[in-house]
Amino acid sequence: MRLHEYQAKEVFADAGIPTPDAQLAETVEAAIGAAESIGYPVAIKAQVHVGGRGKAGGIKLVEPESAARAAAESILGMDLKGYRVSRVLVEEAVDFVDELYVGVTMDRGEGRPVAMVSTRGGVNIEEVAHEDPDAIVREHVDPAFGMFPFQARKAVYEAGVDRDIAGDVASILQTLYQLWEEKDGSDIEINPLMVTSADSGSADESQAERGVIAADAVMNVDDDALFRQPELAEMEAAAGEGDTLEVKADEYGFDYVRLDGNVGIIGNGAGLVMTTLDLVDYYGGSPANFLDVGGGAKAQRIANALDMVFSDENVDSVVFNIFGGITRGDEVANGINQALSEFDEIPKEVVVRLAGTNAEEGMEILNEDLVTVEDTLEDAVKRAVEYAQEVNA
Amino acid sequence: MSVLVDEDTRVVVQGITGGEGKFHTEQMLEYGTNVVAGAVPGKGGQAVAGVPVYDTVQGAVREEDADASVVFVPPAFAADAIFEALDADGLDLVVAITEGIPTQDMSTVNRKLAETDTHLVGPNCPGVITPGEAKLGILPGNIFSEGNVGLVSRSGTLTYQVVDNLSQRGIGQTTAIGIGGDPIIGTDFVDALELFEADPETEAVVMCGEIGGEDEEEAARYIGEQMDTPVVGFIAGRTAPPGKRMGHAGAIVSGSGAGTAESKISALEDNGVPVGDTPDEIADHVAELL
Repeated sequence: MRLHEYQAKEVFADAGIPTPDAQLAETVEAAIGAAESIGYPVAIKAQVHVGGRGKAGGIKLVEPESAARAAAESILGMDLKGYRVSRVLVEEAVDFVDELYVGVTMDRGEGRPVAMVSTRGGVNIEEVAHEDPDAIVREHVDPAFGMFPFQARKAVYEAGVDRDIAGDVASILQTLYQLWEEKDGSDIEINPLMVTSADSGSADESQAERGVIAADAVMNVDDDALFRQPELAEMEAAAGEGDTLEVKADEYGFDYVRLDGNVGIIGNGAGLVMTTLDLVDYYGGSPANFLDVGGGAKAQRIANALDMVFSDENVDSVVFNIFGGITRGDEVANGINQALSEFDEIPKEVVVRLAGTNAEEGMEILNEDLVTVEDTLEDAVKRAVEYAQEVNA
Repeated sequence: MSVLVDEDTRVVVQGITGGEGKFHTEQMLEYGTNVVAGAVPGKGGQAVAGVPVYDTVQGAVREEDADASVVFVPPAFAADAIFEALDADGLDLVVAITEGIPTQDMSTVNRKLAETDTHLVGPNCPGVITPGEAKLGILPGNIFSEGNVGLVSRSGTLTYQVVDNLSQRGIGQTTAIGIGGDPIIGTDFVDALELFEADPETEAVVMCGEIGGEDEEEAARYIGEQMDTPVVGFIAGRTAPPGKRMGHAGAIVSGSGAGTAESKISALEDNGVPVGDTPDEIADHVAELL
C-alpha cells in the first residue's frame, strides 16, 4: 500500500523529521482558511496516488487569497490521470537553496535493505539512477543489526552533502531507516529534502544557520505486513481511493489488475494468468485485466470472478483458463454453469479451457449453450480474441 | 538421478496439524514421499495421517532422522519456522510453501541462509518433485512423469501447463523446482541451474521466469558462461503495466521500467537460450534439443 503525502508526512513528523506547516482541506473554503492560518505564499497540492502531479496541474504555489481560491477551485474535484481529487494539502511554501534526496528501499537482488543519498534531489530519482548512477550513494544495511549511525554519516559525506547540514541529513536518514524497519516499509523516501537558506540578516544566531525540511514524502508499505501494522491499515482505509473495479476485487479477495484492452481474463495462478494475458496480445487481441481466482476455486468464487469481468464495460469477450492441480475441473465446470445460468442473457461470450485434475469430466459438464469450450490454452485465447474482434467489427 | 529430493528423502512437515499441512501430508504420502515426522509447537505426541508429531524440528531430526522440511506455517509465523528449520542440525533442504511472508522477514532469513549449507526453496512456491520418487509441496503428482528434463519456475500453475505441453510429446522430468514468486527467495534460478548442470541425467532444462527483479538476467549470464546443458526459456508478463503487482509479490515492473519481460527475453536470447512465445513453443524447443 502507498500512503498519501499528507499521511506520510504525519508519520515522518511524529518521528521528528522536520516537515512544512500544513493542513489538509476538502473544500475551497477550508483551503483558504488553512492558507490564512499558515500565511502566504502556500503550496496547494492534490492528494492522489499519481506521479508527476506538478506537471499535470495538481500542485500550485500561490499568493494572495484570490490566486489561492482559483487554485483550490481548479484542483479540488479535478481529474488527475483518472483519479478524482477530493483532498488538497495546503502547505507553507519553503524558501530553499538546494534540494537533496534520501531514501530507504529493499534491494531484492541482494536481499538486504539499502539506504540512498543524493545531492540531486527534486527530480525523478530513477532518472538520475539511469543517467548518472554515481550521483546516488548506496549503503547496504545488515537486517540483523539495523543501520549503524556511522553508515548514515558515511552515506551523507560520501554523497557530498555540505558539511554544515550533514549532521542533520544523517540524522534524518537514520530516522527514515528506523521507520522503514518499524513500519514494514518497502520504499520510503524524501524527495526533495529541501535545504533552507540562512537568514544572514537575523540577529538570532540560530536563524543564521541553514536547515533541512521534508518537502515531499513517499511511504510504501509491504501489503503482506499490514496484519502487524494496524494503524497503517487504517490509514489506507481512510484514504479510500482507486479504480472501483480494483476496490471490488479487494472485497472479493482476488488479485486483480485492470488494463485497457477488451478481452477479459480469468485464471488460476499468477504465472499462468500473466501468460494468458501475453497470449491474448500475441494472437492480436488486447487484455482487459489480470484476475487470479487462486487455488481450489469454488462456485461462489467463480461467480464473483465472472461478475468482475462482466462489470468492466470495456470487456467484449472472456477467456476462462484453469489448470487444476488441487483445483478440480468438475467443480470449476459446475461453478461456471451455475453462475452463467443465473443470467437471462449472458452479457459477453465466454471461452473456457480446463486442464489438469478432472479436466475431462469438467469439459463434459460444461453447458455448451452457455460457453465455448476449447481443448488448449492457445485455441481458447484465439477464440476469445476472435469474439472480441467480432463485437467491434 | 534427480536433484534436491528422491525416494530416500526423509521429510518433516512443519505445520502438519493445520488444514493445508494435513491435506498435503496425505497427498505427499500417497505419492510415495517418505514423510517421517511433523513438527508443531505444543502438539508433540500426536499423530497426523499416521505420522508422529514433535514439538520441535530438532526433535523430529533426532528421533526420525528427518533431512528435509516442508513449511505450511501461516505467514505471520513462517519466518520463525524457517529459522527453526535452518537452525536444526541435520536438514539439507527446507521447502517453504507459505504465501504472504513479509519481505523484511525474508530479508533476515536470507542473511541467516548465507551462514548455512541448507538449501531453502521458496517461499510462496509449489515445492519440488522428482517424478516417481517424492514430492515436497503441493504439486499435483499425477501430471508429472519420469524423464530427462529439469524444470525450474517462479510459478506453480504455469509449471503444470508446461509439464502438460511436454507430456503431450512424451517428455518427462528429472526434477521440477518451483522457486516461488516472492521478491526474496532462497534457491534462485542460478542455484537451480547449477544443480541441474551437475546432474548427469538432466539432458535439458526449462526455465520459466517472469517480470520483476534481475534473477533471469543473472541466470542468462550463468547459462552463457558456465552451462553445458541446454536451456529453454519462457518469460511471463510481457503485457504487464509498470508499477502493478501481478499476483506474485515479486512480479512487478518498476516505475522506471526495470524488471521487464523484454529485458529478460533479450538477456536469455543473447546467451543462446531459445525463448518460447507460447508454452507450447517451449515444448517444441525442448523436443528439438533431445
